[in-house]
Amino acid sequence: MGKNSKINIWVLIAGLAVGVASLLLTFLGNPKNMGFCIACFVRDIAGATGLHQAAVVQYVRPEIIGLILGSFIMSLATKEFKAKAGSSPAVRFILGMCVMIGALVFLGCPLRMVIRMGGGDLNAFVGLAGFAIGILIGIFFLKKGFSLKRNYTVTTTEGLAMPISAVVLLVLVIAVPSIFIFSEMGPGSMHAPLFVSLAVAMVVGALAQKSRLCMVGGMRDAVMFRDFNLLSGFGVIFVTILVGNIILGNFNGFSTYLQPIAHASQLWNLLGMVIVGWGSVLLGGCPLRQLILAGEGNGDSSVTVFGMLVGAAFAHNFKLAGSAASLDPETQVYNAGGIANTGKVAVAFIFVVLLFVSVMNIPKLEKKAA
Amino acid sequence: MVDARGLSCPMPVVMVQKEVNANKPSELEVLVDAKVCVENVTRYATSQGYKVEVKEVDGEFSMMLKKA
Repeated sequence: MGKNSKINIWVLIAGLAVGVASLLLTFLGNPKNMGFCIACFVRDIAGATGLHQAAVVQYVRPEIIGLILGSFIMSLATKEFKAKAGSSPAVRFILGMCVMIGALVFLGCPLRMVIRMGGGDLNAFVGLAGFAIGILIGIFFLKKGFSLKRNYTVTTTEGLAMPISAVVLLVLVIAVPSIFIFSEMGPGSMHAPLFVSLAVAMVVGALAQKSRLCMVGGMRDAVMFRDFNLLSGFGVIFVTILVGNIILGNFNGFSTYLQPIAHASQLWNLLGMVIVGWGSVLLGGCPLRQLILAGEGNGDSSVTVFGMLVGAAFAHNFKLAGSAASLDPETQVYNAGGIANTGKVAVAFIFVVLLFVSVMNIPKLEKKAA
Repeated sequence: MVDARGLSCPMPVVMVQKEVNANKPSELEVLVDAKVCVENVTRYATSQGYKVEVKEVDGEFSMMLKKA
């Protein structure tokens, strides 16, 4: 691992906490292999607020609220809360949309990808290959000088936008739940008790803030700087989930067949995660990291999260998201699942968008120097 | 000097890496404005054989990298 192998203990603790929390929340009612999934849960919130009408994925996921608030509280405690913004916000919004659509084509953010891997879902290993390819493409542009330019210190209001939004959502879902749409069947109807999810996510959010845990940062730093700090968190989550599933009797070996809320359309598993890897490198962090930074007062990450919310709505309104493999209970006919043609077109279009953003943000001078 | 204030990860480390690879300086001053960047630059600089001193002024950090 070279000289640069110093691993921060907090990354290991955070990885362990994410793994245990995910197993616990699934045990208490969250969908299988979905103890945590930033993409799925933001998508469920988009559904609950009526931004899309996919009846099976509508729920105000307290995990998202908890992650933001956990990060917010920890950043206040460590005096790291800083209102910053102004680094290409509109481009970040669009990249947030792209990453979300890519994740929903695959059916999971990078965090759920690791959770699915630990649950024995071989489709997720195809996703991992795509994720790695996407990160390598992103690194190529970083080395060419890609940058969304610097941010600036802004008023505290900007920094509080996301934490306050999270509090408002929480108050509303507790006080007047009837204004939201809640799935009666499907993944959206499966959830751990609200306050357990909230509390667990706050702990995870605080630890993720403290440790800088990031799925895309792990591979990026390992490739670019031979720095394996963040990647160790990725590894700990996988091992914790795998061992936990074996202990709980949930593990049935590795297979691509009929995995929970997953499809076996491998080209699209791969390409969906290429988008997530590439887009996340351009953004400087995976969807989880964007939520955590939004909690720390980063307005650019808050905009990215809002972009993810809109991307999720688009993914379902325009039928871009993957549909899970299924087995007809009567005929026993197996359907491997996959994505509709609209989704395939969207994937192709997003590659064009990512390439455009990547190339256009390389300074000309740097281009010559490189 | 590398001024990476306002840049988010991993840009500060990329800039330091470029400077180190290109000019192999025995001393290098790096300006950043987030603790996470201090941590990341320190990890990288240490791996390249630098000792790192950090001074904080008004929420910004001045890092002095010196070849050990």
